[in-house]
Amino acid sequence: MTAALFEQIRAMASDLFGVPVEQITAASSPQTLENWDSIQHLNLVLAVEEKFGVQLSPEEIEEMKSVGETAKLVESKLQATPR
Amino acid sequence: MSQEHNPSNLRAEADRLIAEGSADAASRRLAELWRREPGSATASFINSRIDKVRDEISLAKFKLAILRSFTVEPIVPLLRAEAFAYGIDLEVHIGDFNTYVQEIVDAGSSLYRFAPNAVILAARTEDVAPDLTREFADLSPDTARQAADRVAHGYEQWMNSFRQHSQAALIVHSLEHPVHPSFGVLDSQSESGQSGLLRQINREMRSVAKNHRGIYILDYDALVARYGSKHWHDERKWLTARLPIAADHLLHMAREWMRFLVPLTGRTAKCLVVDLDNTLWGGIIGEDGMSGIKIGAEYPGAAFQALQRALLDLSRRGILLAVCSKNNLDDAMEAIEKHPGMILRAKNFAAVRINWTDKSQNLREIAAELNIGIDSLAFLDDNPFEREQVRAALPEVTVIDLPQNPLEYASVVRDCPVFERLRLSAEDQQRTAMYAEQRQRADAEQTFQSKEDFFRFLEQEVELDPVSDLNLARVAQLTQKTNQFNLTTRRYSEAQIAEMAKQPAWNIFSIRVRDRFGDHGIVGVAIVHDVDGQCEVDTFLLSCRVIGRTIETALLAHIAKSAADRGCKRLTGWFLPTKKNAPARDFYSQHGFQIAERNGEGSLWSLDLTQQETPFPEWVKLITTQGAHH
Repeated sequence: MTAALFEQIRAMASDLFGVPVEQITAASSPQTLENWDSIQHLNLVLAVEEKFGVQLSPEEIEEMKSVGETAKLVESKLQATPR
Repeated sequence: MSQEHNPSNLRAEADRLIAEGSADAASRRLAELWRREPGSATASFINSRIDKVRDEISLAKFKLAILRSFTVEPIVPLLRAEAFAYGIDLEVHIGDFNTYVQEIVDAGSSLYRFAPNAVILAARTEDVAPDLTREFADLSPDTARQAADRVAHGYEQWMNSFRQHSQAALIVHSLEHPVHPSFGVLDSQSESGQSGLLRQINREMRSVAKNHRGIYILDYDALVARYGSKHWHDERKWLTARLPIAADHLLHMAREWMRFLVPLTGRTAKCLVVDLDNTLWGGIIGEDGMSGIKIGAEYPGAAFQALQRALLDLSRRGILLAVCSKNNLDDAMEAIEKHPGMILRAKNFAAVRINWTDKSQNLREIAAELNIGIDSLAFLDDNPFEREQVRAALPEVTVIDLPQNPLEYASVVRDCPVFERLRLSAEDQQRTAMYAEQRQRADAEQTFQSKEDFFRFLEQEVELDPVSDLNLARVAQLTQKTNQFNLTTRRYSEAQIAEMAKQPAWNIFSIRVRDRFGDHGIVGVAIVHDVDGQCEVDTFLLSCRVIGRTIETALLAHIAKSAADRGCKRLTGWFLPTKKNAPARDFYSQHGFQIAERNGEGSLWSLDLTQQETPFPEWVKLITTQGAHH
């Protein structure tokens, strides 16, 4: 995973879950972040789709269990659909 | 992008300023962040900061309820961030899925308990009219028509019921045409096909809305078409999250709602000040000359003609246009008056500043000349340096960011919500001409020795009328827009004015002014109510165009006389000071009122009607149409 992409997802997570960016790691998840509820999960999906111009399937949305996994997913989507 | 405009720096700056207690500066950073990087993540960031600054800065508070049949939750943070950028603090209540009918018809529902200023009814066509969408192919022509009548009737009942229970504005999403009609191309061959029936429901919805005050239709089909139906819809999100709109377009939905909320909150612009070189035409007149600048029917001049047409549309909507350009006056005026490609001419501009002074100074002068607040100005300039200078010096001006490509200029202006109007009065449409007359008056005033001579020369006539269907819209508009000569600055919707007019103890008057130069239209309102033999002034306001010509005395004389005729012994009224109404501060004391009470909000003034008469100014001619009371 490229560092730049991870940083972008991290910044998004910081905005959406209301936590300073330094406190967000690849392992940050609904278990570790209080504000990561189902509504904010949908907002994360929408923020990813809007920012990277990708479309996520219900199965892929399920996979986004942490910040690291979200970044990995976005990376694979971007490689699959070169823009 | 320079360092300081980098979005992550803007976030850090905003947080630092909040921590320091500089809420105003912080909110400017937040607005800039939103301009640079609008989207779901930024919206979340901004929403969490709004709570920290809302009490420190001046925002218009507004309560919005959204009744819906689909997921709107992700749109709300976008809407609140967008509203914040326009100086609106939006509190949002979301109804449960598909409970909108109960919410509307039940006077005790959570909708009405929330006491909203406005309500959006956002129902998907498939949810309101399932038989006309999914099952259409199964219907006989008769049952299809009955189904359409039933849906249209449903909307009519909801609107009627809503108006019985609430005076809030109501914004109703119209129905969408099917992307793929059940009968394919055959559907378009008749008006009673699927699309035809949905169009019919929309037509009926419009005609019902027109009969109510403050009920508006949002043309959902046109909105979707603007961005392309194929891109707008997201079937997968609909099935998994009941969200029918694709991620990219949630912001467009929020912005469409803003086109209603900005005029409802009065955060509109009254005048658009435009630059000339590379804004109104391509090229630089001082260097390229008349034959070199690009303006005409062919590309690239066509892009600038498209912008000029958009500006002309604004001026027909009552928005004044003004020029502010760094140029030699003669060069620029020659191009404006003589270039064959120009659509706008000097007569279309209410004020002109062509000089080498900095633009914020020119904007201040234009606002003063037109007698409007600086916060009523919008500014259009291709040069990012000029835009930043104006933003820094005059943060209350709406500065419009123009994109690099002139072909996009016209649509940027047309999309800007500060130019939206929900109603047009006759005054709005003639406004530019009125300002031309105003300039003649100002010139005439110079030539008289005394004010009295000037007043006599003006030959002013006033018409004083009780509120009726004819002037109701304008009366409400004046209460919403008048800031300077306004004693109490109470804002009323049309529905509220209509409600007040029904009460026997209340009297509402409008004043219309004409003089030898032209017709000002309806420019003033007085609202009074009688309690225990006293008449209290609830609202007393005049458009600033007519201040200082004794029209205010004429209006006061009228309400004093009518109060005395009704047997009232005293005329009382509050002066509630605001940042802007200093011109009205001495009004009561100058007209013989005594101060009766003073508190933290303002001062109460009183006039003994049995002892004192307020004479009608001798140079003002009163024309009463003697409309019946109410």
